[in-house]
Amino acid sequence: MIKKYDQEIEQAYNAITVMEEAQRCLLCLDAPCSKACPAGTDPAKFIRSVRFMNYKGAAETIRENNALGSICARVCPTEKYCQLGCSRCGIDKPIDIGGIQRFVTDFEQSIDMDILEKGEANGKKIAIIGSGPAGLQAAASLLSLGYAVDIFEKSAKAGGYLKYGIPEYRLPDYIVDYEIKRIEKLGASIKLNMEVGKDVSMDELKSSYDAVLVAIGASEAKMLPMFEGSPIVETAVSFLARAKENMGKIDLEQNVLVIGGGDVAMDVVTTLKLLGVKNVTDVVYEEFCEFLASKKELEGAQSVGVTIIDGYVPEKLDGNTVVFKHRHIDSELKITVDKIILAVGQKVSDNALGLNIVKNEVDFDGYHVDGSNVFVAGDIAHGDKTVVWAVKKGKEAAQDIHNFLGGKAL
Amino acid sequence: MIKKDLSIDFLGVHFENPFCLSSSPVGNNYEMCKKAFETGWGGIVFKTLPPTHFKIDEVSPRFDALTKEATPFVGFKNMEQLSEWSLEQNLIDIKRLKTEFPEKVLIASIMGENDEDWEELARLVTEAGADMIEMNLSCPQMTAHTMGSDVGTNAELCKRDCIAVKKGTHLPVLAKMTPNITDMVPIVRACLEGGADGISAINTIKSICNVDLDRKVGLPIINGKSSISGYSGKAVKPVALRFIQQMRSAEGLENLPISGIGGIETWSDAAEFILLGSSTLQVTTGIMQYGYRIVEDMKNGLMHYMDEQGVDRLSDLVGLANQNIIPCEELDRDYKVFPAIDEDKCIGCGRCYISCFDGAHQAMEWNSETRKPHCDTDKCVGCHLCALVCPVKAISKGEVVLKPGRAGRAEDKIVK
Repeated sequence: MIKKYDQEIEQAYNAITVMEEAQRCLLCLDAPCSKACPAGTDPAKFIRSVRFMNYKGAAETIRENNALGSICARVCPTEKYCQLGCSRCGIDKPIDIGGIQRFVTDFEQSIDMDILEKGEANGKKIAIIGSGPAGLQAAASLLSLGYAVDIFEKSAKAGGYLKYGIPEYRLPDYIVDYEIKRIEKLGASIKLNMEVGKDVSMDELKSSYDAVLVAIGASEAKMLPMFEGSPIVETAVSFLARAKENMGKIDLEQNVLVIGGGDVAMDVVTTLKLLGVKNVTDVVYEEFCEFLASKKELEGAQSVGVTIIDGYVPEKLDGNTVVFKHRHIDSELKITVDKIILAVGQKVSDNALGLNIVKNEVDFDGYHVDGSNVFVAGDIAHGDKTVVWAVKKGKEAAQDIHNFLGGKAL
Repeated sequence: MIKKDLSIDFLGVHFENPFCLSSSPVGNNYEMCKKAFETGWGGIVFKTLPPTHFKIDEVSPRFDALTKEATPFVGFKNMEQLSEWSLEQNLIDIKRLKTEFPEKVLIASIMGENDEDWEELARLVTEAGADMIEMNLSCPQMTAHTMGSDVGTNAELCKRDCIAVKKGTHLPVLAKMTPNITDMVPIVRACLEGGADGISAINTIKSICNVDLDRKVGLPIINGKSSISGYSGKAVKPVALRFIQQMRSAEGLENLPISGIGGIETWSDAAEFILLGSSTLQVTTGIMQYGYRIVEDMKNGLMHYMDEQGVDRLSDLVGLANQNIIPCEELDRDYKVFPAIDEDKCIGCGRCYISCFDGAHQAMEWNSETRKPHCDTDKCVGCHLCALVCPVKAISKGEVVLKPGRAGRAEDKIVK
């Protein structure tokens, strides 16, 4: 099958094949999968619903727990969470939980099921800064508790990294839009092109809302000093946004070097190949035995023909040539290319919000900024930086806000 | 999550939902029934109480299952008979369950060997607080021929047993039918004449599931031998639905109160039994394979179905399909429907061609170059075997044509 940037790489299940996969599920006791999701999804229950022909019930189980269910279905590194302890591994390989979740949420979308319900209005309102996954999930949770929610987004489109970062072949734009539309339908008001600290002040938000949730994420790319100022260097954040905004219709060089070995780097190299770049070489600091990207992402990159070299550190940039040294052995690597894309991590870009950010995270545990009505969620809160963790943090921060404002536990 | 009222009144008893355990190993003591109620079942038919003079002595092992390809439990064979606990203990359990779960329905299943047994058991379970009695006239693996399905095929004995039970109780009484009979209706009529208020159907079908090829004995092997015993599970659903339909279509039995049994695992199975006239539903094999938890999706799925159908009371669905099942001599034989092949969906496996040639009318043509089938409508009789074997559902109902010389309009025919 020819893979394209603007078509989902993972083939979707249909009613027959999803049952074949659900039938592989052992329906086990005290299911390990259901204990492994950071966001608290219960795969054992929704797979059982699929198995017993109850797609709608399956959709309820997913959606009531996770406002971004169809996004997580596509981008979650399930092999690290729910699929990790799958009892089926005792026979062959784990159940494709993400794939089944995608089938169910696609079904939900195909019949336009409205599962989430707005809570009875309690007269309180919350400002959320950032419309990435943590902000969106927090909005859904707060709306279901009866709060009014305004989301302030500095970009022209809502969704944060979902919108600008994850490539189309992994997460189609229409899925992100659909999920956002649901949350708007629940009552969230998303204010685009509104940068807090510029268009509206943090103090203003703090005084005019009962609570403010900062979910700004780490949206700015890191740069390595030796690459600064080079005309052939671009960051992964910039490249992925450019590709997604233009649905892949961008000009590309034919010899591209990518530096980095996380999921973002895999997205960059796979995108390059799917867009027709001839030579894509990825040089990675980590060795394969300690690789950061998920297995699925790595295999995806390899399957489209990306050359991946592990264990090398960039030493210097000389025009179009980068010199690398191996971390452990005496080995030098010289690569000359037309273009270099750096995928070496991201950082928190804006701190006009009065938070003390240390190593891209707030300097406290939990979500509540002591002595204020300010809360944090998403990448700036302690914990992993995946979408599923953003959902977890969004839910938990919403609950903390609810408790702070005198509400009862969910 | 959807919330719909699944309650139904059946023989004057209110069920919070129609899903019940059937009288079997799954409702064999207090702990099991407690867990079942807590998991959400609306009612329980407690495992059959035998008379004290009948000693239950079971074999080991006692089950077997039919598989097809990789699907286990296509059908299930069971050799267990009635409750092995003392009558005293069972009555204590029934009383305790009714005390602790007053809103749930507890149906006592009983089986006697003579009039006195039936009457006495009916009296005892009534005193213990049961809401209803089910007469087990149908267990096919009894070690006494004066009990079980041998009785259930004899109208006279059934009537007599019903009369005896009614002497011992004022509760509504269900008579549980055996499918090991050509026509259930005479038995139903005899039971109603004897005072039964409703029917449970079906009990298990006499069977041999598998034969061990080395030992040359059926399974399970009990010291080198085996026996015929009751078959249940998904495989028996069609048989159960057929009996239920036949009862409801017999003259005077159009509103026969039925508790449907036979291979129910999903909400859609349940809906099928309801549409053919069942007011409540009973389940065993699905529970034995998967546990009490299957009721969660049955309830939720049935609520969604009611919602889709725009129905607020479950009773409004009971028997809706009965009128559409008619004798085969009354079916419209004036037309045929040709298969429509979706070439985009077709993956070129050729299974339709194989089945049409070997099992139907050699109407499917096969292009070995393109690996695509094509239907020759001159030969096609419209049987749709091709659609049934297609692994990607690429074949649907296509053009409708009248047979030569028949009146009517093809476009008026309801074909899907």
